[in-house]
Amino acid sequence: MKFMVLVKGDENTEAGAMPTEQELAEMGKFNEELVKAGVMLAGEGLHPTSKGARVRYSNEGTAVIDGPFAESKELIAGFWILDVKSKEEAVEWLKRAPFRDTEIEIRQVFEAEDFGDALTPELREAEERMRKQVAEQHGQ
Amino acid sequence: MVCSVTVTVTEAHRTVDAVWRIESAKLIAALTRMVRDVGLAEELAQDALVAALEQWPSSGVPPNPGAWLMTIAKRRAIDHFRHLKMAERKHEEIGLDLETTQQAIEVEPDEVPDDLLRLIFTACHPVLKTEARVALTLRLLGGLTTDEIARAFLVPESTVAQRIVRAKRTLAQKKVPFEVPAGPELAERLGSVLEVVYLIFNEGYSATAGDDWMRPQLCADAMRLGRILAGLAPREPEVFGLVALMELQASRARARVTPDGEPILLLDQNRAKWDRLLIGHGLAALERAESLSPVRGPYVLQAAIAACHARAGAPEDTDWERIAALYGKLAEVAPSPVVELNRAVAVSMASGPEAALPLVDELTASPVLARYHLLPTVRGDLLAKVGRLAEARAEFERAASLTRNARERDVLLARAKATAGE
Repeated sequence: MKFMVLVKGDENTEAGAMPTEQELAEMGKFNEELVKAGVMLAGEGLHPTSKGARVRYSNEGTAVIDGPFAESKELIAGFWILDVKSKEEAVEWLKRAPFRDTEIEIRQVFEAEDFGDALTPELREAEERMRKQVAEQHGQ
Repeated sequence: MVCSVTVTVTEAHRTVDAVWRIESAKLIAALTRMVRDVGLAEELAQDALVAALEQWPSSGVPPNPGAWLMTIAKRRAIDHFRHLKMAERKHEEIGLDLETTQQAIEVEPDEVPDDLLRLIFTACHPVLKTEARVALTLRLLGGLTTDEIARAFLVPESTVAQRIVRAKRTLAQKKVPFEVPAGPELAERLGSVLEVVYLIFNEGYSATAGDDWMRPQLCADAMRLGRILAGLAPREPEVFGLVALMELQASRARARVTPDGEPILLLDQNRAKWDRLLIGHGLAALERAESLSPVRGPYVLQAAIAACHARAGAPEDTDWERIAALYGKLAEVAPSPVVELNRAVAVSMASGPEAALPLVDELTASPVLARYHLLPTVRGDLLAKVGRLAEARAEFERAASLTRNARERDVLLARAKATAGE
């Protein structure tokens, strides 16, 4: 199952403060562990909201509000998408993240179950065209 | 941070399971290097797991759970050898003595990747039957229980347990060394590893609605194993080819079936439902594979074919010429009549039925395809297109007699009737 990990922003991320070399190295090492374990599908850091915008929808139409946004505890400063076996596994991984004074949120991504055919697409395709022709010839 | 005291036993067990999934392969790999016996290493790791299940619900999960498990397992290893010594067994027999064991039991972090790679090659060793390789790989490297493997492969748990016991015994009896093969042997042995991973993936991919959810879960297990392998063997193009192939195939999971479980064919799938993240991942792995070597192996070629579909925004955008050419190359490196049949279909899509017919005609002599209903299906389709209706009809009837699927048979018989203009 996939989980999205949301890293909360704070005054520092909002001020556009860059991480120190040590923080970068620690985070790099953590990311490398995720990759080597085969669980990392994506992971990015986000610019401060001063470079972003919001679009608000109402009956009157849409309104665009440019950043920065005030409620820094509600903002997202980065994210991962992890492919793991359970919520507990996502939690175990994140316990190892080199964060000190912040909060992250772990959310499950919707997915469909994976079932279906075992034929190669081309053969399936041939069969399908055949079915369609039958249908056409029978005027269905 | 330690778990709060309100944590229930069940929750603690789920946490232990999660830690096990993360740590078990590394643990078993390091222990195997110490005790030189996969079976014993796994028992020691299991002992550590039992200790965790007993202690963590009340004590909380330790800050470094991997190291905790390793410490327990090492203690058990030392106890084990003391025991042997007390029983006056000759250590020469097992090539170990207590002192060297205790020295060996200092894990070097740098050794972890090598140990893991050795463990993968051991679990997929050619002295083992394929089904044993699959079971052992899932058990030792995927962290699955025997019960989970049994459910995923639709066999009784006792069967899987036996397979694993026998496999461990075989590895010990044949004195299979705990090492990564070198030189020309490496390519061949790597082929065996990739085959096992892809088998696991396909077992999950062919799961049908109503199956135990453990079955489709095998796809995720196989992709994870493939990615781990890519991290351990970063210069092997076929490893990245396999990862790309699995991810590109899995990217279509959401679009492959109707809500009531009927398969949806590739060209009818809603491409908006394809998983863009997996497609991006798969294409990146393929790019990596192609940059590593100009020589294209079977997995890289199959991934390149899957990528042609993934890159096409709509079915009519599919680059059938490229797919036909890739099947041609695949036929050179991994010749098989099924590959030829696929190539014929791609050629007909790219250049029309006249170009594809001679390829299919050649295949009618193949004993492998003699009972394969898709050969007469494809041939009938091509014959009908070029106006040879009587022959086409005969082919459809033949295909109908070969298929085991009732719905397919009806379609083929209807097609036979329609072709004759009735």
